[in-house]
Amino acid sequence: MEEPELRSLIADVKDGRLSRRAFVQQMIAVGLTAPMAGMMLSQSGVAMAATAFPYKPTKAGGGGALKLLYWQAVTLLNPHFAIGTKDQEGCRIFYEPLAGWDREGNLVPVLAAEIPSKENGGLTEDGLSVIWKLKQGVKWHDGAPFTADDVVFNWEYARMPETAAVSIGSYKDVKVEKIDDFTIRAIFAKPTPFWADAFVGQYGMMIPKHLFADYIGGKSRDAPANLKPVGTGPYLFVDFKPGDIVRAKLNPDYHVPNRPHFDTLEIKGGGDAVSAARAVLQTGEYDYAWNMQVEDEILTKLESAGKGKVNIVETGAIEFIMLNVTDPAMEVDGERASVKTKHPLFGDPAVRQAISLLIDRSSIEKFIYGRTGSATANFLNSPERVRSKNTKFEFNIEKANQILEAAGWKKGPDGIRAKDGKSLKFVYQTSINAPRQKTQAIVKQACQKAGIDVELKSVVASVFFSSDTANPDTYPHFYCDAQMYNTTMFQPDPQVFMNQYVSWQVASKENKWQGRNVSRWQSKEYDEIYHQAEQELDAVKRAAMYIKLNELVVGDNYIQPVVRRPKVTAVSSNLTTHFSGWDNDLWQIANWYRDA
Amino acid sequence: MGKYVLRRLIIAVPSLLGISLILFVLLALAPGDPFGELAANANIPPEVSAALRVKFGIDDPIFIRYLHWLVAMLHGDWGFSFSSRINVDQLILQRVPTTLFVVGSSQLLALAVAVPVGVYAAMRPYSIFDQIANAFAFVGFSLPTFFTGLLLILIFSVNLGWLPFVYRADIAATGWHWVWEIIKQAIMPVAVLGLFQAASYTRYVRASVLDVIRLDYVTTARSKGLNERKVIVKHVVRNALIPVVTLVALQMPAVFGGAIVTEQIFRIPGIGSLLITAILANDTPVIMAVTFVFACLVVVFNLLADIIYGWLDPRISYR
Repeated sequence: MEEPELRSLIADVKDGRLSRRAFVQQMIAVGLTAPMAGMMLSQSGVAMAATAFPYKPTKAGGGGALKLLYWQAVTLLNPHFAIGTKDQEGCRIFYEPLAGWDREGNLVPVLAAEIPSKENGGLTEDGLSVIWKLKQGVKWHDGAPFTADDVVFNWEYARMPETAAVSIGSYKDVKVEKIDDFTIRAIFAKPTPFWADAFVGQYGMMIPKHLFADYIGGKSRDAPANLKPVGTGPYLFVDFKPGDIVRAKLNPDYHVPNRPHFDTLEIKGGGDAVSAARAVLQTGEYDYAWNMQVEDEILTKLESAGKGKVNIVETGAIEFIMLNVTDPAMEVDGERASVKTKHPLFGDPAVRQAISLLIDRSSIEKFIYGRTGSATANFLNSPERVRSKNTKFEFNIEKANQILEAAGWKKGPDGIRAKDGKSLKFVYQTSINAPRQKTQAIVKQACQKAGIDVELKSVVASVFFSSDTANPDTYPHFYCDAQMYNTTMFQPDPQVFMNQYVSWQVASKENKWQGRNVSRWQSKEYDEIYHQAEQELDAVKRAAMYIKLNELVVGDNYIQPVVRRPKVTAVSSNLTTHFSGWDNDLWQIANWYRDA
Repeated sequence: MGKYVLRRLIIAVPSLLGISLILFVLLALAPGDPFGELAANANIPPEVSAALRVKFGIDDPIFIRYLHWLVAMLHGDWGFSFSSRINVDQLILQRVPTTLFVVGSSQLLALAVAVPVGVYAAMRPYSIFDQIANAFAFVGFSLPTFFTGLLLILIFSVNLGWLPFVYRADIAATGWHWVWEIIKQAIMPVAVLGLFQAASYTRYVRASVLDVIRLDYVTTARSKGLNERKVIVKHVVRNALIPVVTLVALQMPAVFGGAIVTEQIFRIPGIGSLLITAILANDTPVIMAVTFVFACLVVVFNLLADIIYGWLDPRISYR
């Protein structure tokens, strides 16, 4: 999809010929995020839709207790230390960002008075700064007023490496200054097209300056407020036991009238996903369960009890198979899978193309993931495909056989194809996780029919996903021919996400396998476009560039998308919730309510 | 006696040191590290995760890390958890009451079942009661707790809907209502752990009563015309329970250590579940502290068991 096509789509949205939602979905289909699509629309003069959150209660309180169940318990309550989403979720009931992302990529103001735009003077033409106006009259839970000083402090706190904040990535390259008590300006070192990163969403939660000012930098761990949060959010802190339970109660001074609905709230943690689903869907002991990594078949069975329903929201997460560009069997300078080598089999484009035809995505969706994973094609091959409502991906053993035959891979007496003495055998690894092993089996079976012998390998997740430099079984080492895992887009902007295919990020011994380019795939064209996109201020041009980048990667068949993984949660039937795939589950907790 | 205890305590020091060294090295060599999640997160620049590693001292040589840990430990500083960034001792202390309550009451339940059943069964060996008790004991300790736990959940929570299967350490209620809630949620885990333990205790009690009941002094007591009740309670059980007491004392570390599987199933925030989440998160300081405390308890209770043994049975002397 090129720039003009994007422009015409946007024009359609402007005229009302194409709905905003349909546009966003198309953008997701080409690999962009909903927030980015929203950015494009807003820059092109289609105002961000003011998201309405239906809310029936006419007064705050009266909703009783809200019980949330997380099968991984919250371990800390400082949003700048929150490593996993579970911790971010725990923080989100007390702390709030300036704005959050809704499921269609709209920015929704929370502590901001309005979303910056060119019209209200928040954004400048040069893309070098953004002005945020803060909501007035917001109070911290201890009664102190929330002001611009707090916002500036959060930036100072997070960007200081000694603080060891995990949110540092969003703050280290900006400079923030106070204009007046309720206005701040964030200044970027270079033109920054995606301005809504700092202070927004999961890394944007604000902590109070008056309680943390003495604990900035190396002393960050000693702050008493790390365990007793004082935020601006809809619920007040009651009690916290790390790794077990968080309890909260209604904040009578909340800055949005008539909210929140529930008198008390608790987040219980621990156990496993299946029994968490059971507690919501079957016994109704809890109102909500987080991250339902449970087979759809089980979920459907539990749902039939009628106590709750499964909620599915689109995200940027994709389960994919990656073929190694380098040769994991050859050792060069004490390093396997070195970029100096070339994979003996996958070097042949015909083999890669054949493998792409041998992944039975629709069966994988139908029999393994169900509603919890929708089959995704080579999502970026052609604009026609993107436009068509019923995107087709091909699963064709016959064609794969023909391609291999034509490329000179002949079947040997053992039924395995070979060429120039190299037989078509490869090892395919992934982490231990039931759906992944089933997917492996489906791929192996199809490959067998095409004369490819696949050896399956599964690695314990805690090893596979570790950054241990000494262990050869981690995914960044990729000492294997092919591997499969799920990549999550942590950020609404794909810029960081897409750096996983730039040449300077190649994981190698030299950078202790910290580089993000695990497949070792490299392309000069990709690098160049990536650099251009970093500087491009026009959201539409930039989007077109990312689509092009996606095409380059996937079109080369080294990266084979399998299914898109949505966010799956279990929710009690009488509860009204508001989820977003681009923000925390609890981002709109203030607007949750229960029908009487 | 005092000398004996002192000597045993002195001997314990090198063994604890050895245990801690082995634990530390094993953990250091085990695959996985606490910052795996950080490495996978694109939002965190590699410099930051590197800085964190340096800050938490993960990249130092094992030996130096061990020395650091040992010195800090001797000063009473147990380190802090990587995943929650709070002190480990605090984390463990928070969990102790729950574990003591759940595992402690299950031990009491086990004894309350095992002693009468074992004694009664031994009094009438191979009777119907003995056969039934034996059968139950075998079934009891052959069924793993994760199975009985799930079975109970299925029956009492899912089908009947009587009991909650998520355990909560702090219940927002007062007075009798609070007590009732606590009992309601503790029934299943206590029953699962208690009955499992009771099964093996019953076998021990039965065997040791059988040993004692045939001895001459019991016959003497009977021939003196003492009633059966007195013979059993005063003469048989008293002596028969000596090995059982030791057994229970040796089980005590498990009471503190929690029941990992059962705690996980019922979401009991005890030490066992702390250990398992720490292991899954590669939270080394927590794993190290919990396992080390466990080791200390084993050593201490071994000593206690020996002392109690001698106290109960004066024939044993300390040298």
